[in-house]
Amino acid sequence: MANAALGSAVPDSNPPSSFRRSLGNPRTFGNAILSALAVALSVLAMFPLFSVLYMLLKKGAARLGPSLFTELTPGAGMSGGGISNAIVGTLVVVVVASCLSLPLGFMGAVYLAEYSGETRLATLVRFSAKVLTGLPSILAGVFAYATVVVTTGSFSALAGGAAMAILMVPTVMLTSEAALRAVPTKMKDAAFGMGATHAQTVLKIVIPTAVPGILTGVMLALARAMGETAPLLFTALFSDYMFDGKLGQPIASLSVLIYNFAGSPFPQQIELAWAASLVLVSIVLVLNVIAQIVIRRPEEHG
Amino acid sequence: MTMNVQELSPGATPKKQESGRVKARHATDYAGASSEVVMDCRIKTLHYGNFLAVRDTEIPIVDKQITAFIGPSGCGKSTVLRSLNRMNDFVNGFRFQGSVHYRGQDIYAPGIDPVAVRRSIGMVFQQPNPFAMSIYKNVAFGLKLNRFKGNHAERVEEALRGAALWDEVKDKLHSSGLSLSGGQQQRLCIARAIAVEPELLLMDEPCSALDPIATRRVEELMLELKEKYTIAIVTHNLQQAQRVADMTAFLFVDTSAGGRTGYLIEYRPSTELFEDPREERTKAYIRGEFS
Repeated sequence: MANAALGSAVPDSNPPSSFRRSLGNPRTFGNAILSALAVALSVLAMFPLFSVLYMLLKKGAARLGPSLFTELTPGAGMSGGGISNAIVGTLVVVVVASCLSLPLGFMGAVYLAEYSGETRLATLVRFSAKVLTGLPSILAGVFAYATVVVTTGSFSALAGGAAMAILMVPTVMLTSEAALRAVPTKMKDAAFGMGATHAQTVLKIVIPTAVPGILTGVMLALARAMGETAPLLFTALFSDYMFDGKLGQPIASLSVLIYNFAGSPFPQQIELAWAASLVLVSIVLVLNVIAQIVIRRPEEHG
Repeated sequence: MTMNVQELSPGATPKKQESGRVKARHATDYAGASSEVVMDCRIKTLHYGNFLAVRDTEIPIVDKQITAFIGPSGCGKSTVLRSLNRMNDFVNGFRFQGSVHYRGQDIYAPGIDPVAVRRSIGMVFQQPNPFAMSIYKNVAFGLKLNRFKGNHAERVEEALRGAALWDEVKDKLHSSGLSLSGGQQQRLCIARAIAVEPELLLMDEPCSALDPIATRRVEELMLELKEKYTIAIVTHNLQQAQRVADMTAFLFVDTSAGGRTGYLIEYRPSTELFEDPREERTKAYIRGEFS
């Protein structure tokens, strides 16, 4: 019965033409074109990234092997050798830079987010940090050269770390401030409502809640610093020897190795530059993956 | 009794409009005039900057009773509640004239540490706001703050039982408080507040973010908590005030001076206030003529 009634209500001719999808309609046509354009451009934007990765894998993998990680950089014209001193050097410089920049950046962020209010000092600090994020990295090198290298009289891991720290501080500070500010006011209210002091609220509620965001900032800063060459060129310089625990001496690094060897006339060294690039990218990638894992955990569990 | 209350829900016509005069006068107004006043709130003026938010509001809160603050939006009921544990201190330009005596001490007297005040007065907020930590740590937070010497695990269980949440969470005490549903989160916040056994529990529209079933549970909980605690609650929901409150304070907004200043219209036992409001404005409000 119902079917019959329905059948009679709907004419058995085609539905009205206006409901049909047709590219002849200018709006439908425009929509299709824009969608296609968006997809095409997105693919195009990924192209450089993947071509770089492809090239690194292809050219860098040739030298991948145990000797790469155990042997020292070879002299000009010599065969064999590895990049162990540069890998260790990069890690040492990054650790020095972190020791200098993380406390500064983090404490600055806590001050800005929790204690400063809208004072002039806060505005000044925030403005300086923003300007510093745009600082050409070679200027950080020049500054570390003028302050650390010239006063100590020697190129050193310390100077390299100082130059890198200058680049890391603003990133760490601004991202940590954003993470601290993102902690919901209602959570802070709960702590204050229970009779927590400001310091207790910051230490026990605000900072732990903001940890994932802060770690993201730290990882971003580390990844950026690790790849920098310019600030190390005339601060950490380079060394063909393994780091021996002395921060006051020149030290090797992956980025400077790539810079030095890429322009070398010896194929041996050019190959090592490719391999070093691959290793550098891998370290940054691994750091990012670790950060992602650490960051996800607190949301799922307690 | 209950029938009357039912009939008087907003929209219904009050039965005896003219009988207001029969009711007793001031001194006996406070149902528990004989029982002890835990917190004597006397606000002369309460400013935010130049804005007069609340004036002339005196609400004595009686021991082991539930006192509800009702009134239209912007009448300052939350402001009054938050001034009882000095949470308004965080608002820029907050100024207070009057006194709030808690167990004989004026918490606005000079030399009083607001942090110490907040430690002995619990608060539950409008939005459930558990910390981003485990259920257990949420409840134990106050114990740690107060350097509680006794058995923490025992106290946590007690508080969770008290908040009628224990059975639902006993197997996952170490998962995040944020993983609970809204109603559970709010009961977690109540557990967190009562873990330190405050004498007075302030609740700022604790059910406004909850569904009706969760609301009912929290209301039942309030009635149980009344055995041990004194509760002051702000609510937008008149039926809720009728269901749970022993005393009800009706606040109203005065817009005559150009601002929006809240003040107390009447404060009486809930049954009297709802069945037989003395003031015209109270009548109009509980009849649902405005909100």
